Amino acid sequence: MYDVSYTRAKTIPGALEVFGNGDDPKYVAGGQTLIPTMKARLAAPSELIDVSKIEDLIGICEDGDLVIIGAGTTHAAVHDNALVKARIPGLAALAGLIGDPMVRHRGTLGGSVANNDPSADYPAAVLGLNATLRTDRRDVAADDFFVDMFETDLEEDELITAIAFPVPRRCAYAKFPNPASRYAMVGVLVAELAEGDVRVAVTGAGASGVFRWTEAEGALQGRLDDAQQAASALDGLSVDGDEMLEDMHGSAEYRAHLVSVMARRAVAQLQQG
Amino acid sequence: MTQISMTVNGKAVSADVEDRTLLVTFIREHLGLTGTHVGCETSQCGACTLHLDGQAVKSCSMLAVMAEGASVTTIEGLAPEDGRLHPVQEAFREHHGLQCGYCTPGMIMSATDMIWRYGKALNEDIIREQLEGNLCRCTGYQNIVRAIEAAAEEMTA
Repeated sequence: MYDVSYTRAKTIPGALEVFGNGDDPKYVAGGQTLIPTMKARLAAPSELIDVSKIEDLIGICEDGDLVIIGAGTTHAAVHDNALVKARIPGLAALAGLIGDPMVRHRGTLGGSVANNDPSADYPAAVLGLNATLRTDRRDVAADDFFVDMFETDLEEDELITAIAFPVPRRCAYAKFPNPASRYAMVGVLVAELAEGDVRVAVTGAGASGVFRWTEAEGALQGRLDDAQQAASALDGLSVDGDEMLEDMHGSAEYRAHLVSVMARRAVAQLQQG
Repeated sequence: MTQISMTVNGKAVSADVEDRTLLVTFIREHLGLTGTHVGCETSQCGACTLHLDGQAVKSCSMLAVMAEGASVTTIEGLAPEDGRLHPVQEAFREHHGLQCGYCTPGMIMSATDMIWRYGKALNEDIIREQLEGNLCRCTGYQNIVRAIEAAAEEMTA
């Protein structure tokens, strides 16, 4: 790892101030992506500003029809949280599929979403559940947030403070993990929102990161209540292989096929729930 | 350089470290506690697992400065001081849960953590799922799983 200086921020304004004075600064929370990336010398920020101890960023609460999760909340805390389990069980289950137990003890919601790894799990939940990202300066809709792989709508110094998830009628996430890294080769979240809209968000597969499979959304709309209709709704549908990721772990064609399979599994989970 | 202070295996320690020093490097090279191993260095193998404020974490994936003020337990600090082994260590010995032993400290720290979290609900399926962050290249995991089952029974009796 190249040389770096470390500061632990106590408040959100404090973190922004240190960032503003930095040369090439980066926020860090759990560091489960950033520290390994720095060890591999694929990233070399001059300053790390640790936001994981800022109390305003941590915690989970309910506000009307929203479950609001602080950006600094760890995956383990989301997975184990009674409120998330009761209101959005599919989200609690998804958090328990990220990495492994040790990674989940350190990694955070905000860190995962801000990094926007094309194989990360949380972006599928944020997009599929139509969540709103709250930052130190504004609210951003999930549809406007994810720009491209490893690229978001965030300003350089902007800090995600919390993510507000509208409680859906139901949602389920099906993941095909890479057997070594546990990252999603493909992960599909299917949600029926409170107003009845069906959303299908796909991670791991898209060459531009997480995306909505709108064709599947249309096909599933109004068909989720009937098990037979739901099971056949996706017949004949597939995503465009030209827009899928291709790497050492799988071809674009393979990933396109997996998207259909995982979407069906998520739909099947919804029928059981 | 930054001065850091933390509690390691119940003892207060402090030292000047470069900010980029990994926690595992601090534990092994500065404190001489070489029971915590470095395996893959890419956050996948879990040999470097220790307890940070009571939770299993990978010490190769965080900086020592991030543990400022924390309480750390390594494999050396798990057993009681009277010379007996910790129940998880004893179960790994009894059930032959190791061959070369390289992954064992991390396995034992992960096992202890999952027994704390699941208690009596822990079963073979959960153990196998919870071990996904710890790689063993010798045993095929069978005896590791048996050892954790036995330790869980002992610790939750």
